[in-house]
Amino acid sequence: MENLSILTRLDYTLMIVAIGAALLGAVSGTLGTYAVLRRQSLLGDAISHAALPGIAIAFLLTGSKTPLILVLGAAIAGWLGTLFILSIVRLTRIKYDSALGIILSTFFGFGLVLHTLIQRTGNANQAGLDTFLFGQAATILESDVLTIGILGGIAIVIMLVFWKELKLLVFDEGFAASLGFPIRALDILLTSLLVIAIVLGLQAVGAVLMSAMLVAPAVAARQWTDKLSVMMLLAAGFGALAGVGGTIISSSASRIPTGPTIVLCATVVVGFSIVLAPNRGLLWNRLRYQRNKRNLKMLGGQLFQSEEQ
Amino acid sequence: MQASEAKAIEVTDLTVAYQEQPVLWDVDLDVPPGVLLSIVGPNGAGKTTLIKAILGLVRPAAGNVLIYDKPYEAQRRIVGYVPQRGTVDWDFPTNVLDVVMMGRYGALGWVRRPGRQERELAMQALEKVGMEAYTTRQISQLSGGQQQRVFLARALVQDATVYLMDEPFQGVDATTERAIVTLLQELREKGKTVVVVHHDLQTVTDYFDWVMLLNIRRIASGPVAETFTPENLRTTYGGRVAFMTK
Amino acid sequence: MIQEHLDIQLIAIVTAVACALPGVFLVLRRMTLMSDAISHAILPGIVLAFFLTESLSSPLLILAAAATGVLTVVFVELLQRTKLVKEDAAIGLTFPALFSIGVILISRFAGNVHLDMDAVLLGELAYAPLNRLDIFGYDVGPVSVYVMGTILLLNLTFILLFYKELKLATFDASLAATLGFAPTLIHYGLMTLVSVTTVGAFDAVGSILVVALIAGPPATAYLITNRLSLMLTLSAVIGSVNAVSGYWLAYLFDVSIAGAIATMTLLMFGLVFFLVPNRGLIAIARRRTRQKWEFAQTMLVIHLFNHEGLPEAEAESEVAHLHEHLRWDPAFAAQVVKYALNNRCVLQEETQLTLTERGRTVAQQALVQ
Repeated sequence: MENLSILTRLDYTLMIVAIGAALLGAVSGTLGTYAVLRRQSLLGDAISHAALPGIAIAFLLTGSKTPLILVLGAAIAGWLGTLFILSIVRLTRIKYDSALGIILSTFFGFGLVLHTLIQRTGNANQAGLDTFLFGQAATILESDVLTIGILGGIAIVIMLVFWKELKLLVFDEGFAASLGFPIRALDILLTSLLVIAIVLGLQAVGAVLMSAMLVAPAVAARQWTDKLSVMMLLAAGFGALAGVGGTIISSSASRIPTGPTIVLCATVVVGFSIVLAPNRGLLWNRLRYQRNKRNLKMLGGQLFQSEEQ
Repeated sequence: MQASEAKAIEVTDLTVAYQEQPVLWDVDLDVPPGVLLSIVGPNGAGKTTLIKAILGLVRPAAGNVLIYDKPYEAQRRIVGYVPQRGTVDWDFPTNVLDVVMMGRYGALGWVRRPGRQERELAMQALEKVGMEAYTTRQISQLSGGQQQRVFLARALVQDATVYLMDEPFQGVDATTERAIVTLLQELREKGKTVVVVHHDLQTVTDYFDWVMLLNIRRIASGPVAETFTPENLRTTYGGRVAFMTK
Repeated sequence: MIQEHLDIQLIAIVTAVACALPGVFLVLRRMTLMSDAISHAILPGIVLAFFLTESLSSPLLILAAAATGVLTVVFVELLQRTKLVKEDAAIGLTFPALFSIGVILISRFAGNVHLDMDAVLLGELAYAPLNRLDIFGYDVGPVSVYVMGTILLLNLTFILLFYKELKLATFDASLAATLGFAPTLIHYGLMTLVSVTTVGAFDAVGSILVVALIAGPPATAYLITNRLSLMLTLSAVIGSVNAVSGYWLAYLFDVSIAGAIATMTLLMFGLVFFLVPNRGLIAIARRRTRQKWEFAQTMLVIHLFNHEGLPEAEAESEVAHLHEHLRWDPAFAAQVVKYALNNRCVLQEETQLTLTERGRTVAQQALVQ
């Protein structure tokens, strides 16, 4: 009797964690789609690292460890980092990649300085930093699931409302501007949505691995479809799948951290998609190549012209 | 020129500078309605910049642009734009019909999604450019010429009075080039004004009726017969057009 | 105590210079993020080699980890070559996956080995001098100085030997290829150096902050100079200054040394970004303002010049009507007139403007240009 209740409670905890991880995977998969299409895959990496000083400052200012306040601090710092990167690129001849690298590492370094400062005053412990770096999916509570659901939901709803505008911005910025859409504002909106996805995801996989959660589901989804809406749905699905899969695998054996397992699950989905997806996949291409070669041989090379069509 | 007739495009004293370098210097251009005008000039002459400045995509350091006597912001609905083909990622997950419908986004305004009417307009435009068989084709599977036709169709559904096109003949096959020329001439027949950034001097006389020679400053503009002279070309290209004695 | 100060600063300087030198080429070749990827992706290499050697500074570990780094580059390039994944996404996929494998390995076997996750990610310079090199019973200094010193020499030798090739491959890869300089070989040589340097440096600053050492000083130097040789020297100097000032910042506030060095890197970059002559933010802003007035003045003198001596000249030169003719707003027009008066390009007689000789020259020059 006693045994059973422990078992169900365990399962319940696991279920909450799995739901939380699935939600996070879905949100970052959806919003990561635009990051991948805009070739800003690594902006997520920069934002997630740049968030650390924001968390530290939020804590120093308020003395509170309430997730919502820390998330707000993280979002502001991540945002500021993005702004710095874009300004450096716009105003100097330093290229995007270097600007990203500098902001990512130095913001993080500054965060580390603040963290050691907090640590010295005895207000925090090393665990706080570890959580930031690697996430702590295993400690997701019901209230966290609610936060993730509401904030992530709002981000996705906003994205859906401005679906047409954001799609045009990402596909053809110049044309969007010529139609009178304020591309600066839309760009800010899209980046803000990305920041929301990242600061939420930090909790599950941490700063170091966050970029994978944005990139992997979208890259995998891209292989299966040529339609943006389907790609986004698939990315959300793959993200959720990786979240649940990672949670279950890491809970099934001792000492397997959840965040890295989620990332590896997502990576497996990518590998699977790149090899097997119809039309685009490597295997498919290989087969098509050989079939064409065979056909060409059979027809003595005369097929060449009609193949072009 | 009669003062009573409105000008389709009127550019006055336009100066644009990127950082230190002036890209366009004190440029004037009057385009009467219903002409097919090509802008020619060497690389770095500011051709694309001029188009972008007319569209309000770059901010000028000085000068003014009017479209039918009003600033661009007030005339957006009557201007159609064909950007350079190379400025977008053709691996974007979307199909031909979808791209063409983007031409209606301006008219639709915020948030409203394209519906059946937009779809029909897009289909008609695709027929005009001979791409009706490719509506569901993924855009990465198009040839250069087909991509250009899709961009043209997208501008056609804008149902504009003034069209600005940036290098529509760049890297297209001979069939597409002929199709585009026919289309441009049809547009002119309907009284539309078309401004085209062009790089092939050989075809200027055949394709266009007006020409603007540009090299940071306006060298000359007007009807091809009067303007497209060896002397003007020499000024524009700095004596590097020996091959142009066609 | 003093010895400890000196030791740590020495390690910091040697590490900073060793990172900055290959960093120059990464920044110029737009491959900074590859160093971010490498520094994370070497983790499984480090872990596996650590299981074998049980030491963080054994040469075997450095080699194994460096090999993992080069493997990362190969992975990213293979992924890109499928044309299914763009470069940024390929990097964003590869390094988290490899890093995850490393983390899982560590947590699975953490009981058996003493490898601290934080040491790998964040480094700890303060502990670096404790591990000392003994030769015949004599203490000849911290091991880190010798490890990083060797890596610094390696980088320096490679850059000096292949300076011409690196320069050519960086600025014109296709020309380098046609001249038979094998840009691919140079590329992989550079990537090997970056991997080795990263492994050597993570001990001191960890894998996230090493990017600050690699990208920060070269990018700062790039704001100051165009010349490759000067950029290399400046990067080394800036890297050292950041290292030393960072150390003292950390000492003063008792905070993480690596973090403080990164903070100084950001500050130094910001300082140069604002202040450097010609390319700095302040210089740009001042030039923009001056340019705006210069443009306006030129337009004004051209306007006057075009109508000089013509019947309409009187109307066109009326100060109060300028804004109509030039389409400026009245306040701006008044300021431009003031600017031109100050520069003695125009003269004002009551409400009429006339060109001076100087103004005429300016107009003619602008028109001929």
